[in-house]
Amino acid sequence: MSFFGQLAQQTINGLALGSIYALIALGYTMVYGIVKLINFAHGDILMIGAFVGYFVLMSMGMSWYALLIAFAVSMVVCAIMGIVIERFAYRPLRDAPRINALITAIAVSLILENGARVIPFMGPNPREYPVLKNATFSLGSIEISNIQIIVIVVSVALMIVLNYIVNSTKIGKAMRAVSFDMKASALMGINVNFVISFTFALGSVLAASAGILFSSAYPQVEPYMGIMPGLKAFIAAVFGGIGSIPGAMFGGVILGIAETLTKGFISSQLSDAVVFGILIIVLSVKPTGLMGKNVREKV
Amino acid sequence: MKKGLKIASVLLVCAVAFSFAFAGCSKGSNTIKVGVILPISGQVSTYGIQCRDAIKLAFDEINAAGGVNGKKLEAIVEDDQASPDVTTNAFKKLTSSDKVVAIIGALTSKCSLAIADLAQAKKVVMISPTSTNEKVTLAGDYIFRVCYIDSFQGQVVAKFASETLKGKKAAVLYDVSNDYSVGLTTNFSDKFTSLGGTVVAKESYNTGDKDFNAQLTKIKAAKPDVLFIPDYYSTVSLIMKQVRGQGIKIPLLGADGWDEITNNAGEEALNSFYSNHYSPDANDPDVQKFVTSYKAAFNGTVPNALAALGYDDAYVLAAAIKAAGKTDSAAIRDALVKTNIKLVTGQITFDANRNPVKSAVILEVVKGADGKLTTKYNSTVNP
Repeated sequence: MSFFGQLAQQTINGLALGSIYALIALGYTMVYGIVKLINFAHGDILMIGAFVGYFVLMSMGMSWYALLIAFAVSMVVCAIMGIVIERFAYRPLRDAPRINALITAIAVSLILENGARVIPFMGPNPREYPVLKNATFSLGSIEISNIQIIVIVVSVALMIVLNYIVNSTKIGKAMRAVSFDMKASALMGINVNFVISFTFALGSVLAASAGILFSSAYPQVEPYMGIMPGLKAFIAAVFGGIGSIPGAMFGGVILGIAETLTKGFISSQLSDAVVFGILIIVLSVKPTGLMGKNVREKV
Repeated sequence: MKKGLKIASVLLVCAVAFSFAFAGCSKGSNTIKVGVILPISGQVSTYGIQCRDAIKLAFDEINAAGGVNGKKLEAIVEDDQASPDVTTNAFKKLTSSDKVVAIIGALTSKCSLAIADLAQAKKVVMISPTSTNEKVTLAGDYIFRVCYIDSFQGQVVAKFASETLKGKKAAVLYDVSNDYSVGLTTNFSDKFTSLGGTVVAKESYNTGDKDFNAQLTKIKAAKPDVLFIPDYYSTVSLIMKQVRGQGIKIPLLGADGWDEITNNAGEEALNSFYSNHYSPDANDPDVQKFVTSYKAAFNGTVPNALAALGYDDAYVLAAAIKAAGKTDSAAIRDALVKTNIKLVTGQITFDANRNPVKSAVILEVVKGADGKLTTKYNSTVNP
C-alpha cells in the first residue's frame, strides 16, 4: 500500500473513532453549557445504553430491524436515567458551590459502574456484543467495513438532528436562553427545570446511541467500558471549547484522527501523549478551546 | 428511630464478629488451609472460575479418599480481578489473617509477579497454576508453577508458523503493558527469525484499548503470512473482528491465553491456531478421567486448560504436603522439589528454576458439526 493509500485508510479509521468521541462529547458540552457541570457520569450512561442494546439484541437476534429497536429502547431508557440522575443528584445541589456538584457527578459515576458490577444480570464479566455480519467495501486499496460506515452515517445524522433541535425549535431557543443566563430566562417565563431535564435527556440519548455504536465497532460490553471513551470525549469537548456544540463535534473528530494517525505513523505508545500534547498547545494559545466563547466577567 | 438503628447496627457488627470467631474455632486443627488467588471476575473470569472449580474438585476427591495426613484440605478463595493491586491485598489477607499453609495462584503472570517477591520474603510456598512468564519463579525457591513457560511456548508457536504453515513473514500485535504478552512476543520473534523467517511488523497497544484499526492498517501494509496475537481471549476476540474487518485473511496464531476463544468469538476466529497445555479430546486415561468427573460435577462443561492446570496444581500440592508429613513451609518446599507424578497435563518434574518440563499441544479453531466453534487437536510439540 502506498503512503497516501495508508494515509487515507488511517484517516477513515480515525474518522470512525472520532465520530463516536464527538457524539459523547456533545453530551458533556451541552450539560456544561447549561448548568456549568462536568457530568462525569456521562461515560457510564454510555455503558448503560450499550447494555440495554445488548439485551434487546440478545432477545431479538441480530437484524437491521432489531438494531433499530435497540437504538430506540436504549435511547428511551437512558433519557429517563439522565432525567432521574439530574432530578435526584444534581438539582438539590444547583445553588451549592460547583465543586460539590462535581464530586456528586464522580459519585454517580462510581455508583453506576459498581452498581452494574453487582447487578446479577449485568455482572462484572465482559460479554460479546452481537454484531451484523462483517462486510468490507474496497475503494482502490482502501477498505471500509460496514460497521465503520454505520458509525459515521449515524453519528452525522444525529448531529444534524441535534443542530436542528438546538437552533430551530422552541425548546432549543429556551436551551440557549438558559445557557446564556439562567435567572433572566426564568424571569422571562421559561421553565428552567424542564429545560435542564430536557438537556440531560438529550445528552443521554446521544450517549445511548454512542454506546450502541461503540459496542458495534468494538463488540464487548462490561461495566467499566464507559470510562476511557468518556474521558477521551471530555478532552474532545475541552479541546473544541466546552459549552460549544460545533466545538464538541469538531474536537471529537480531530481527536480521533490525531490518535489514529499517531498510532499509524509515529508510535502506538505515543498516541495519548501526542493527543494530550495537542490539547496543551491549543489551550495555552486559546484557553477557551478552539471554538469556545470568551466570556468577559462583568463587575 | 435513629437510636434504634444505631443499636441494630452495633448488634449486627457483633453478630458478624462472633460468627467469624466461631468459624475460626469450629474448623481449627482438623483442616489444612490453602489460599487460592484467582480472577473470579473481570477480563479473564472464565479462567478463574474454571480453575477454582477444578481445584475444589481435586480437594473434594482428595478429602473423600481420606485427606492428607488425616486432615482435610480447605480452599480459601480470593478474587484478584486480574489486577496486581487486588492480588497483593488478597495475599496479605490470606497469609496474615487466614494463616494459610500455601498459596495456589495467581492465574495471570502480572498478578503472580506482584506477589512472588512477597511470598518469597514471607517464606510461603506459592504454586502458580498458569503463569507462564519466566520471571515468576525467579523470585526465589518458594515459588513454583505447574505450566510450561513462555520461552518454550513462544518457540512452539514460531516453529509451527514456520514449519507447518510455511510462513516466511510474520507480524505481531501485542499488549506492551502485559508481561505475558511481551514475553511471548520476544520469544516468538527470536525463534521465528532463527528459523529463517522475518518479523515484518511488530505493533503494540495498551491493556484496555479497544481500537486496533491503526495498528492493523500498518500490519496489512507489511503483507505478512501469519499474524501472532499473544493476549487473552477477550481482547483477542475484539482484535479478530477488526482484523477480518480490514480484509486481512491470513492465519492468526495465539498462545494458551486463547483458551475459551471458541465461546467468545464468531466466524472471524476460523483459520487460526494456538498452543495449549492439554486437549480435552486427547486419548489419555488421566485426561479422560478428569474430563468425565469435571463434566459430572459442573453441568457437562468441558474443562479448559486452566481447569486442568488448577486440578494438577492441587494434586501436586497435596502430594508434597503428604510427603513432607507436616505443614511447615520449608518441608513442603523440599518435598515439592522432588515431585515426579503423572497428571492431566503430563508428567510433572521440576527443573532448577522450579518450572515443570512438559509438552505443548497445538489446537486449531474449527466449526463443529452443530455449527458452533470448537477446537481440533493439531499436533504435540515436545520440549
